Amino acid sequence: MAGETQTISEYIVHHLTNLTYGKLPAGFEREDGSIVADGGAWVMAHGGEEAAAMGFNAIHVDSMAWSIGLGIFFCWLFRGVAKKAQAGVPSGVLNLVEMVVEFVDNTVRDTFHGKNKLVAPLALTIFVWVFLMNLMDLLPVDLIPTLLGLVGVHYQKIVPSTDPNITMGMALGIFILMLYYSIKVKGFGFVRELTLNPFNHWIFIPVNLFMEVVGLLAKPFSLGLRLFGNMYAGEMIFILIAALFSAGLAWAVPAGLLQVGWAIFHILVITLQAFIFMVLTIVYLSMAHEDH
Amino acid sequence: MNINLTLIGQMIAFVCFVVFCMKYVWPPIIAAMQERADKIADGLAAADRASHDLELAKEKAVERLKEAKEEAAAIVDSANKRGSQLVEEAKQAALVEVQRVKASAQAEIEQEANRAREQLRSQVAVLSLAGAEKILGATIDPKAHAEMVEKLAAEL
Repeated sequence: MAGETQTISEYIVHHLTNLTYGKLPAGFEREDGSIVADGGAWVMAHGGEEAAAMGFNAIHVDSMAWSIGLGIFFCWLFRGVAKKAQAGVPSGVLNLVEMVVEFVDNTVRDTFHGKNKLVAPLALTIFVWVFLMNLMDLLPVDLIPTLLGLVGVHYQKIVPSTDPNITMGMALGIFILMLYYSIKVKGFGFVRELTLNPFNHWIFIPVNLFMEVVGLLAKPFSLGLRLFGNMYAGEMIFILIAALFSAGLAWAVPAGLLQVGWAIFHILVITLQAFIFMVLTIVYLSMAHEDH
Repeated sequence: MNINLTLIGQMIAFVCFVVFCMKYVWPPIIAAMQERADKIADGLAAADRASHDLELAKEKAVERLKEAKEEAAAIVDSANKRGSQLVEEAKQAALVEVQRVKASAQAEIEQEANRAREQLRSQVAVLSLAGAEKILGATIDPKAHAEMVEKLAAEL
């Protein structure tokens, strides 16, 4: 628990606020009463209100740092193995990495039938990276924020995948790839697919176009929001369980049991969500490659 | 829960990591795994071949053993034959020797007998003359009766 004067809802809101760096608009009254000068100011946000006032011109420093950090960890780990990889008897971390690579490779082979050198490494990156980001969920919710609070950083969300920016950022990246390959592989066929499906008559072109575009846009949105929703809900439950610890010793014991139970269940969830994100990426790209 | 520049930042990071993975991570690991798979397949094939070879070698060994046995039997056979032949030859030689020894003994006996007869012959003359002298009480002229005595002796 952070301060003693905090209420439960303040505690929860505090935990759901990102460390945000951004541009406050001119004339905004800050928390400490000062007014932002003309032309705005790039500052660390103090609290959710200031972060909201920053609008699009802001960046979640914690999400970005953890996300990139974990991405670099992934690259470091797998690059190390790639350098050591040889045809001899594998051992230790080599086994683990090769198991993951083989698993991803098999999944891609089963689902994706086109020829594309990008899909398998893309799937591997997504699977491991998303898994690592989800894995942060298993750290006690107060551990890192409290430690960072001691050195003066007051907001910290350490699970990047509970930030819609992160999940939607990846989903949009995949959406761009989908569009790119649809146009590259199908060419004009992509337009035909959008306009003459499911009713193959020129009268229905507007209806078809509307339905297909909605269907197309739903893919990245569902992809990003599914991961975000699952992780956000999971994180929320961890926070609620953590809040129970403040309700006295009588609550602490069941809260501990709940914490352990939910954490064990969550091991399944984080792996499953990473896997689903990967498989859907492969499926969407596979659909983009299929010419009807 | 604000959508902001983090979205763009994450997209850029995403692209970077995917490119890194595609260039420096995926190919070497997959290549190593493929190489290992090939190696294992080769090893299995070699093991198969080796067991096949072993089977062949066993068959060959059995065959060789059979041949060797046959050969040994043939050698024993021929040795036996040769042995009996040698015994036969020795028998023959012994028989011949026996004949020869017998013949020479016979010849010697004959010679001895002849010699004894000659001796007897020469003494017959003297004895008969001495007997006749005694009977007649007179000296007989050996020269006058020599011819008669010779004749007598020759009759013996």
